[in-house]
Amino acid sequence: MKSGKFWAWVVFIVGAAYFFIPLLATVEFSLRMRRGVHSFDAYQIVLGDARFQSTFLYSVVAAVFTIILGVLIVVPAAYWIRLRLPQLRPIVEFITLLPLVIPAIVIVFGYIRMYGSNSPLPFLGSNLGANALLVIGYATLALPYMYRAVDTGLRTIDVRTLTEAAQILGAGWGTIIGRVILPNVLIAVLSGAFLTFAIVIGEFTMASLLNRPAFGPYLQNIGANRAYEPAALAIIAFAITWGCMSLIQILSRFAPKSANRPN
Amino acid sequence: MTDLSLSNQTFATKPAPPNAATTFRLPTQWIGVAPFFIFALMFLILPTIYLVFGAFQRSDGQFTLDNILQLVSDPSISSSYWVSIKISFWSAIIGAFAGLAIAIAIVRGGLPSWTRSATLTFSGVASNFAGLPLAFAFLATLGRVGIVTTLLRDVLNINIYAMGFNFLTTSGLIAVYLFFQIPLMVVIIVPAIDGIKKEWGEAASTLGATQWQYWRMVVIPVLWPSFLGTVILLFANAFGAIATAYAFAGPALNIVPIKLYSQINGDVLHNPQLGYAIAFGMIVITGLANVFYIWFRTRSERWLK
Repeated sequence: MKSGKFWAWVVFIVGAAYFFIPLLATVEFSLRMRRGVHSFDAYQIVLGDARFQSTFLYSVVAAVFTIILGVLIVVPAAYWIRLRLPQLRPIVEFITLLPLVIPAIVIVFGYIRMYGSNSPLPFLGSNLGANALLVIGYATLALPYMYRAVDTGLRTIDVRTLTEAAQILGAGWGTIIGRVILPNVLIAVLSGAFLTFAIVIGEFTMASLLNRPAFGPYLQNIGANRAYEPAALAIIAFAITWGCMSLIQILSRFAPKSANRPN
Repeated sequence: MTDLSLSNQTFATKPAPPNAATTFRLPTQWIGVAPFFIFALMFLILPTIYLVFGAFQRSDGQFTLDNILQLVSDPSISSSYWVSIKISFWSAIIGAFAGLAIAIAIVRGGLPSWTRSATLTFSGVASNFAGLPLAFAFLATLGRVGIVTTLLRDVLNINIYAMGFNFLTTSGLIAVYLFFQIPLMVVIIVPAIDGIKKEWGEAASTLGATQWQYWRMVVIPVLWPSFLGTVILLFANAFGAIATAYAFAGPALNIVPIKLYSQINGDVLHNPQLGYAIAFGMIVITGLANVFYIWFRTRSERWLK
C-alpha cells in the first residue's frame, strides 16, 4: 500500500506538471507585452476591446440558454424512461451517443443545408433564428454529457419507489419532478450544466460557420493577428470558466445530496 | 397531467406489482419523451441523413458514387483522413491511460482529499480548454518565442525547433490534444471508479482475495465498459476537433475537419457534393469506432451478469 501511495503521488505530480507548465508559461508570456518589464498591457487592451465584451456576453447568454434547453429536454426524458418506458432506453442511449459519432462540424453543415433561408424552416433567414439554431446546435453537442450526467444521477436513486411514495402522498407530476426527483439529481444536473457551459463558451466551429458574433470566432481573429493578446485571452478564458465552475460547485453543496438525509 | 389520475387509479385499484402500470399503455405515456425525440429528429438525425443522401448524389440529384470515390482517389483528401485517424487514435489511447492513472491515483491512491476535488475541478475546466485558448497557451509555451522554448534555448542550450519539434506534426498535435483528452477521461472515469463500492473490496479480502485478484476480477471488469466507451469518445472528440489545429495553421493544416471547414466556408474543392462526401466519411469512421465499442460492451456485459 505504501508503494501504491508513492506511485499515486508520482502520477499526480507528473500530471500536474504537464497541465500547469503551459498555463504558467502562458501567464508569463501574457505579461511580456511591454519590453523588459512585466505589465498587464495585453490584458488592458483585450478587456478594453468592445468586441471582446460583446462577443463574450453573447457566448455566456448562448450557454445559459443551452443549459436551460438541455435540462428541459433531458430530465423529463431520462426520468420517464426509468419510470415508464425502460424498453426505450437503448434507443435513447443510442441517440444521445450520436453527437459523439457525428462531429460538430458535420451537424452544423447539415443545419446550414437544411435550415438555410430558402428552406421550409428558414432558421438562417433571420438573426434570431440563427441565434436559436446556435443554441440548438450547442444543446445537441451537450446532449451526451447532459444525458449521461442525469441518467447516472437517476441510477443512484430509486426512481420508482420515490415516485410511488410521492404519489401515495398525493403529489402531482410537477411536484414529483420538481420537488422529489430534481433535488435528488440536482448535483448530476449541475455537473451536466457545468460541462455544457464548458463546451459552449469558447466554441468555435458552429459559431463561426453560422456566422454568429460569439467568443470563439473573436478568439480566432485575435489569435491570427496578435502576439501577446492571445495569451492574455487564453488566461482570461481559463480564469472565467474556472470561476463559473467553482461557483456551480459551491452552489451544489447547498443542494440536498440524497434521499437518506435524517430530516 | 391526465396521466396522473390514470396511474393513481392503477395503483389504487390494483395492489399488483408496479409493472402493471407499464403494461397499460396510452399515447400519454410518450409525453415525457416526446420533446427529446422531436428535438433529436429535427436537429440531429434529419440533418445528418440529408448530408448522407447528398454524398450519393450529383448536383442534379442523380445517384452517383463519384463523390465517395473521390475521397479515396484524391490524395490530399485521403491523406487528411489518414492524418486525422492517427492523431485521434493515439491521443485517445494515451489520453485514456494517462487519465485513468490520474483518476485511480486521486480516488484510490490514498492522496489527501484536496487532490481529488482540485483535480476534478481542474479537469472540468481543462476539458473545455480545447479550442483556441489551448492553442494560444501552447504557442506561448512552446512556440518559436514561447517561454519554455526560450528557457530551454538560453539555459540548457537546447533548440527544440532545430531538433525537429513542430506543432503541425502528428506527434505535436497529439501532445497538445492530450491537454483536453486526459481531463475528459478523468471527468468521465472518476464517477465510474467511485461506483466501485468499498464493500466489494472488503468482501473480496474477507474471501481471501489478494489485491491483484480484487483488481483483476472486480475492478477491471467493472471499469472496462466505461473505459472503452471513453476511449471511443476521446477518439471522436479528437477526430472532430478543429479549433486548436486551426489556430496553429489556419486552413493550411491537412486534417479532415479543417478540409471540411474550408469546403463549407469557401467551397475550395469546387464541388459542394464533395463536402457531403467528406462529412459522410467522418460519420463512417466515428460510427465504426462506436460499433466496436458496442460490440465490446455487449461482450463485457455478458461477463458482468
